[in-house]
Amino acid sequence: MTLVLELRHATAIRRHGEADYPAEACGLIGGTVDGARKITVALVPLVNQRTDAARNRYLIDPVSFRRAQERLDRDGLEVIGVYHSHPDHPAVPSTFDREHAWPWLSYVILGVPRGHAAELKSWTLSDDRAAFDEESITLEERKVVWQ
Amino acid sequence: MAVTVLIPTPLRPYVGGRDAVQVEAASIGELLDRLSGEHIALRKHLFADDGRLRSFVNVYLNDRDIRQLSAQETPVRSGDTVSIIPSIAGGTAVAEALPKLSHEEILRYSRHLILPDVGVEGQRKLKAARVLLVGAGGLGSPAALYLAAAGVGTIGLVDFDVVDKTNLQRQIIHGTATVGKPKLESATARIRDLNPNVRVETFETRLTSENALDIIRDFDIVADGTDNFPTRYLVNDACVLLGKPNVYGSIFRFEGQASVFYAKAGPCYRCLYAEPPPPGLVPSCAEGGVLGVLPGIIGSIQAMETIKLILGAGEPLIGRLVLFDALKLQFRELKLEKDPDCPVCGSHPSVTELIDYEAFCGIGAEPSYDGAEITAQELKAEWERDQDLLVIDVREPHEYEIAHIDGAVLIPLGELPDRLGELDGHRAVVTHCHHGARSLKALEILKAAGFSKVRSLRGGIDAWAVNVDPSLPRY
Repeated sequence: MTLVLELRHATAIRRHGEADYPAEACGLIGGTVDGARKITVALVPLVNQRTDAARNRYLIDPVSFRRAQERLDRDGLEVIGVYHSHPDHPAVPSTFDREHAWPWLSYVILGVPRGHAAELKSWTLSDDRAAFDEESITLEERKVVWQ
Repeated sequence: MAVTVLIPTPLRPYVGGRDAVQVEAASIGELLDRLSGEHIALRKHLFADDGRLRSFVNVYLNDRDIRQLSAQETPVRSGDTVSIIPSIAGGTAVAEALPKLSHEEILRYSRHLILPDVGVEGQRKLKAARVLLVGAGGLGSPAALYLAAAGVGTIGLVDFDVVDKTNLQRQIIHGTATVGKPKLESATARIRDLNPNVRVETFETRLTSENALDIIRDFDIVADGTDNFPTRYLVNDACVLLGKPNVYGSIFRFEGQASVFYAKAGPCYRCLYAEPPPPGLVPSCAEGGVLGVLPGIIGSIQAMETIKLILGAGEPLIGRLVLFDALKLQFRELKLEKDPDCPVCGSHPSVTELIDYEAFCGIGAEPSYDGAEITAQELKAEWERDQDLLVIDVREPHEYEIAHIDGAVLIPLGELPDRLGELDGHRAVVTHCHHGARSLKALEILKAAGFSKVRSLRGGIDAWAVNVDPSLPRY
């Protein structure tokens, strides 16, 4: 699978990561699936509910998830991934990320060293839950719908 | 007849891409079991290796989280809709956030480290944790010892008392050598000896409405080991206002109670007891006595629940009240509901800041007893002059057996109203008890019955033993 992001989505994730630094920023990625391509259509930025350890943890609770899912449903979209930032850490999943991961979803991680957005990578959980595999991100120009 | 199970997108590949499946089952547990039996690959995503539902898998029956119902035992009926809703969590490696363990600590905590629910990460959580114990007495003693031994990094202690010999029967953190010393000094020395890795922060003060928020704010969890109602309501309200869990324990004679009051996730102390009992109705340990082992059991439960909260392990005692009866050796459990009208943690709280808890508990509003009390020395002198003086001991017979004043008549307080006929209303009367509280109640009863010359012995038989007759044992 490859995750397709438009430039504006990538920019929005970077801005969110910088704005919430030094806390972790998080949100859901809504989109559609076309063969081996997960195509991002809309981002749902969410409030990190881990107020106790927001610098190194993020949490999207089931109520927020459900609300976001219902919103995406109305637009005919589904949750295809999750994004979160790693303040002062590389864009590599931690063991904690893996232990709490859902299969199939794309986990987009943004490294935010010293408050500046850096690398953006996407990962998916292997079927046996043993590892996170990096998946490719395809950055695309916005398609103009009426052409 | 089947139940509809809504499948979230990440799990759809395991059920043939469908967004809903039909499953026949009588309970949520059976439903999940059948679902993952039919779709084997689903199992490892729903259940952890130990067979428990993974923490980030949320199951809703219609619109309610099954954790608010009967968890996996929740019954389901045909036509119900069960939704599996993800919660999504993650973050950077914990290494930076949690303190590291030294070689000495790894050796010291080895029996924890090999426990799957603790492990290195759990032990580091314990080291990072800050727990406040209100009271270094009967409950605080075992709680502090076990928390220190377990490696809780910072223990705060609030107490302003001095170690008394009568404490040693149950307050095992203190010793004969520290009698007369401040409890904080005694407890700190014992904790240091037990585990020098623990940082002890002491607050030598009574917890008050003025200082409670500032003291509690800096801690993660509060363990309440207080022995009086004003402080108990104060600790509860402060914890609710600050959003901290309050690990509660209380003891009386042969019975104890424990619960975890955490308003974010369940009821608080006021949901259970909206109003304090009238002053004097529930005797303190000093008045009523307590079996020395009992606080050891209840205080240890408090330590255990505190550790479980820190680790996030097991099922915390939130929304449950454990009642322990030492004589029957019986634990009972009551389910506690959050009171939506609770004045502190309800939906429209009327208490939004700390109040005057002495007044709330009806203390300080007692009538003045000026002139109604007599000291031990005065009583001795007067009794020698006036042989006709009637001294009434209003304690219980088993107390009388420990020590009594020669010549005093034993009429337990509870029997007094029925035995007024035995008394001569023309004689001067002095009532006495252990420390001088019950004898004031007796004085009220006698005055109400028309006795005019009644006084109460200030400080009770204890003052008599100290000032008049040192041959009597004190208790």
